Amino acid sequence: MTAHVAEEAPRTAPATPAREKGRAGTWVRLVLLLLFVLVFLIPVYVLLVTSFKPLSEADPAQAWNLPKVWTTEAWRVAWEKLEPGIVNSFLLAVPGSLISAALGSLNGYVLSKWRFPGADVLFTLFLFGMFIPYQGVMIPLVQLMVDMGDALGVQLYGGIPGLVLAHVVYGIPICTLIFRNYYVTIPDELIEASRVDGAGMLRTLWSIVLPVSGPAFAVVIIWQFTSMWNDFLFAVFLTGPTSWPATVMLNNIAGAVTTPYSQQMAAAILASIPTMVVYVLLGRFFMRGLMAGALKG
Amino acid sequence: MTRVRRWLPGLLLVSPSIVLIAVFVYGLLGWNLKLAMTDKHNEIAEIPGNFAGLENFTGIWSEERWGLSVRHSIVFTVVFVAGALVLGWLLAFLMEKGIRAESGFRAVYLFPMAVSFIATGVVWRWLMNSATGEHAVGLNRLFHSMGLDFLQWQWFRDPDWGMAAMAIPAVWQMSGYIMALFLAGFRGVPDELREAARVDGCGEWGVYRHVVLPMLRPVTLSALIILGHISLKVFDLVVAVSGKQIITDVPATFMWTAVYDSHDPAKGATIASYIVLSVVIFVVPYLIWNARKGNRP
Repeated sequence: MTAHVAEEAPRTAPATPAREKGRAGTWVRLVLLLLFVLVFLIPVYVLLVTSFKPLSEADPAQAWNLPKVWTTEAWRVAWEKLEPGIVNSFLLAVPGSLISAALGSLNGYVLSKWRFPGADVLFTLFLFGMFIPYQGVMIPLVQLMVDMGDALGVQLYGGIPGLVLAHVVYGIPICTLIFRNYYVTIPDELIEASRVDGAGMLRTLWSIVLPVSGPAFAVVIIWQFTSMWNDFLFAVFLTGPTSWPATVMLNNIAGAVTTPYSQQMAAAILASIPTMVVYVLLGRFFMRGLMAGALKG
Repeated sequence: MTRVRRWLPGLLLVSPSIVLIAVFVYGLLGWNLKLAMTDKHNEIAEIPGNFAGLENFTGIWSEERWGLSVRHSIVFTVVFVAGALVLGWLLAFLMEKGIRAESGFRAVYLFPMAVSFIATGVVWRWLMNSATGEHAVGLNRLFHSMGLDFLQWQWFRDPDWGMAAMAIPAVWQMSGYIMALFLAGFRGVPDELREAARVDGCGEWGVYRHVVLPMLRPVTLSALIILGHISLKVFDLVVAVSGKQIITDVPATFMWTAVYDSHDPAKGATIASYIVLSVVIFVVPYLIWNARKGNRP
């Protein structure tokens, strides 16, 4: 695990380092924190160790031991079973997160810099969408997808496009929030100056705002990518077997009594690799997305 | 007129999102509620169903399974929210004054957030395997080999406290996030304030009690809202750990059963409405409070 997650919380060095009983206190804290690290990593140990075990070691007595014989057989089988799901997940999460970011950028820009009467009320109405339990819309959403698909002559329900649509729509609140909070930090004078120079709204967006939007795009794309990749509820309700993403396939693989633990664990790791890569490489942006989710405006 | 020309383009630019949110969030919530108030208990028959008022809402309480799922949800929520808050706060408290390799610690505590409940469910189902004695695997095996057999229990299969066990993986997954929130809260307390309190004769505990704690209140509230709304709609974790067992039924899994196994849309919609209601009750006051505060960064 790298250190990228670090930066978010302001790094104020302790004003008064190591006061009187500082030394002992620091050691106690360090030991406690290390203990928690061990606890947090137990599931990782189990996943890795079990995934490399041959079937012959599926013995309770050896459950916590390292494999005597290391084998990647379970990984091979898990990959065979899971691959279509992983492909589907990419087909869902890559376009989905890009569209989400584009929409969020437009909304955030308007709600921070081209505000109209009632913009705050609208924003709060949007935010509520962030908290609604998706169960509350699931049943009619299926019906709406079927009807819309029929009307448009495309297959929305049961396929990836419908799933992308759902994620994009219900991602609007968080994406708008992240971009709005980011754009608020752009000085109004900059926008004013651009107006005075005769630039319209879109022109200002294009040549003043978008060029400095990189970090916000990174946060939103990572955030949406992760939540689309990890989603299960929408996928279960809206997709059919050929378009199941990795989470649904993993659940089916792991739910089958006949699947050996080694394969289940290998499949679980495989299904988590993309989001873990995102976390390790871009943890700082991932973290900012989390903080935005906390409504810590 | 010029005023209108100033804000109209902005309104037009967000109008697609306004329409989408209006239809997909508010429209579908309404549709779901309407469906819940009909007697459409058969998905196959293409009848729209008659208006039935609140009949479904009251009728469901006579089902044993519903009572169970509500009880489970309450136990899960209490254990999960309290567990994640306390652990997250403790981790932040231990790190608050800065510690060696802090970013490494943070990275470890936070990584579970990046992984899906479905993937972590695979390993936690193994860790919380209910077999005991010689056949035990998972944590029960660990207890056995450490000579702590009295700690072995049924985990999520325990009829009374199974949902407390179910909350353990959720705490594992979310406490790092709460830690990050609290850490940002701790670091947000200006050093001058702490110093001033010390000058006024406060001991370290006094500084903490009178300066830091009060300033952590907003963070605690955010954390509470986030954990609470995750808890009330929990679905993937339960499915991944235990499948569709009545013993771990929560409203969200019960709704899944109503829709897919009993093919009863009105009942599914009723359960969905209850889940929405439970979230609305505490999220809406929070959103209003947040909007009054002015949403400023």
